[in-house]
Amino acid sequence: MKKIVINLSLLFMLTFSLLAQENVTPQNKAEEVEMADKFRADGKIYVVVSVVAILFAGLLVYLISLDRKVRKMEDELEGGAHK
Amino acid sequence: MKPSLFKVLSWWKVLTIILLLYTAFAGFLLPVPRLPILNETIRNLYFHVPMWFAMIFILFISVVYSILYLANGKMKNDNMAVETANTGIVFGIMGLLTGMVWAKFTWGTFWTGDPKLNAAAVGMLVYLAYAILRGSFSDDQQRARISAIYNIFAFPVLVVLLFVLPRMAQDSLHPGMGGNPAFNQYDLNSTMRLVFYPAVLAFMLLSYWIATVRTRLRNLEYKMSGIQ
Repeated sequence: MKKIVINLSLLFMLTFSLLAQENVTPQNKAEEVEMADKFRADGKIYVVVSVVAILFAGLLVYLISLDRKVRKMEDELEGGAHK
Repeated sequence: MKPSLFKVLSWWKVLTIILLLYTAFAGFLLPVPRLPILNETIRNLYFHVPMWFAMIFILFISVVYSILYLANGKMKNDNMAVETANTGIVFGIMGLLTGMVWAKFTWGTFWTGDPKLNAAAVGMLVYLAYAILRGSFSDDQQRARISAIYNIFAFPVLVVLLFVLPRMAQDSLHPGMGGNPAFNQYDLNSTMRLVFYPAVLAFMLLSYWIATVRTRLRNLEYKMSGIQ
């Protein structure tokens, strides 16, 4: 238990030090680099995010249904073979 | 923690779904470092690189099952070895295609004679040869045994092609090669790791999921051909 607490606190300290490092990096130069800021400001990035999310979700649903179909076949065939 | 959910889907499949959906959202919405030329395409790191991680992972599993087949001669091990290799090929092709698109918009061309790119392409050919080799036997046991041995040798060749030879090359555009820094350069922003590692795990699990479903189908086919 003690070990876990020590480990966790070390992990937190590491996280904070990483976050602190991030704040130190100079921002002014980086601002000049073009990014999809306007796109994001318009809020339209969320359209892309939802499209990709639908895509991933759709593929996963397809995979799950395939998985279940195979399981059904397994049950039928193996159930039959054992009898 | 509903046990009923895990009855339908085992815990690692639930984890795959969560991590993939997390990747889809966090991959676009979390901040990334501002770098010239790369711009927002830096986010491809979350999608292109995990393809290769997943490929290496699933091809390693393939080797394990090839060894198991040689050890006990059970056909289901050979079935797993084939389907993991097939899944690996699919992920490798995805890696090549996504890399080509990324290269077009950052390097200006779909393909260059870059050591990393050529080595990856040759690596894919090694595994396509595996698929062709399997098709050239009529005897099940012979096919399984010889392709298992081929598979065991193909994996180290792939590792050398992807991770050793490109690093020995003098110059390469690809990050991580020829003195060209990979991650650390982009990773000034440690939030990238918050997406990258889950994405890698997600695609590894996904590749394993696809491979196991295909293997179970192949096992059923094998069983049915025995019944008839």
